[in-house]
Amino acid sequence: MSGEETVADHGVESGDSVHLVPVTVNGLARSATVPARRTLSDYLRHDLQLTGTHVGCEHGVCGACTVLLDGRPVRSCLIFAVSVQGQEITTVEGLGQLDADGDPRSLSPVQRAFRDCHALQCGFCTPGFLTTITAGLAENPEPSREEAVEMIAGNLCRCTGYQNIVAAVLRAAELTKDPDAPNADDGHRHEGDR
Amino acid sequence: MKPAPFSWHGPASVAEAVSLLAEVGHEGKVLAGGQSLVPVLAMRLASPAHLVDINKIADLAYVRTDADGVTVGALARHRDVERDVAAGAAQPLLAQALVNVAHPTIRNRGTTVGSLAHADPSGEMTCVLALTGGSVTAVSVRGERTIPAAEFFLGPLESALAPDELAISAYFPRAAPFSGSAFVELSRRHGDYALCGVGTVVTLDPDGAVVSVRCGYLSVSDTPLVLDLTQAWAAGPEEAAEVARAAVDPADDIHATAGYRRHLAGVLTGRSIERALARART
Repeated sequence: MSGEETVADHGVESGDSVHLVPVTVNGLARSATVPARRTLSDYLRHDLQLTGTHVGCEHGVCGACTVLLDGRPVRSCLIFAVSVQGQEITTVEGLGQLDADGDPRSLSPVQRAFRDCHALQCGFCTPGFLTTITAGLAENPEPSREEAVEMIAGNLCRCTGYQNIVAAVLRAAELTKDPDAPNADDGHRHEGDR
Repeated sequence: MKPAPFSWHGPASVAEAVSLLAEVGHEGKVLAGGQSLVPVLAMRLASPAHLVDINKIADLAYVRTDADGVTVGALARHRDVERDVAAGAAQPLLAQALVNVAHPTIRNRGTTVGSLAHADPSGEMTCVLALTGGSVTAVSVRGERTIPAAEFFLGPLESALAPDELAISAYFPRAAPFSGSAFVELSRRHGDYALCGVGTVVTLDPDGAVVSVRCGYLSVSDTPLVLDLTQAWAAGPEEAAEVARAAVDPADDIHATAGYRRHLAGVLTGRSIERALARART
């Protein structure tokens, strides 16, 4: 899907200036006309219908809305869409999609690792973790356990207790190097179990 | 949690930005990284009618190091400063403090000059500017001026910048020879605001004797507090801690009592000086 989606009357109040915001999202040229105060997270969700990016706290604390802006992870709730005109954005939808056959290798290594390690429960925080870890591993392909913890320190998860997410970071590093790397315990890694 | 309506302006040059700021006056606010400003807008603690967004002024995205020190442009992200090898060699306190600024994701967007202009007394970089004796350069249609750190911070969230001025760069002097620095802080959660933080610069003479011990404090005063603890440290760590506890002026809030923050100022003073000394000696 590409082209211009215009929803200029959506949430516009007097005092708002309205702007055309062309961006490249997940490799596709997209654009919409939005009020200046539209955050990038709302722009992606409301105007481009890319609802994979989740909005949690809306003030930069939780990390759920993390997307990649020109390859770097940023909080999309703390950036106005109008500020990123012409830039490249990667959302969770751009990391990988399960194909029709359900072949896990159609997912990105980080997504596969989350599946292998049971690194999500309710899934609300997951898009932010996936984008953060994708960028983190691009920078540091072989993180230690400590570095894996540091990598996800800016993202909150209220379900998992983080143990399986840390395991997924390490598993994703493994899968990035070798997509056929065997899963240590057949997809049921419970590092937090005693 | 949505900002109030505003008019957005995206100038492509500093000249255009300052002429816009002159036009909108007190109704305007500069938007750089927005990592402090956007939450303030979202919570409607502020609702400026105009935002002058400098993110398109690519000329301001630089970190330059020369014989005198490090100059950081208004659009240099914290992360760019933190990772600049030449800047780190010239003034190690920059990266030592920056790793304490929120999380990497925030540092990817937030700017060092923006955090100075925000003038938050719990901001790490305000403390570093004060401790290193740096300065901020501001431009307006009236001209350009350089404001020393000691005159830049007027109060909590209040800098010496006039409404029509744009802070275009910050300057951090090069670390002196035979010196060492450290930055320690304590926060309730990883990446959260410090309950108290202490930056230290220790200078030795060529024989290794301590000639200067200076500490900067955050979250325990209205503006960045810098103390010369050379004499106190010579009398012993407990004396230095006592001088620090007496000098700070913390407030109670939901995160910690004033008494606890005062206590931390003493404890972190010792830790920070020890660490800076160890670095000065290597």
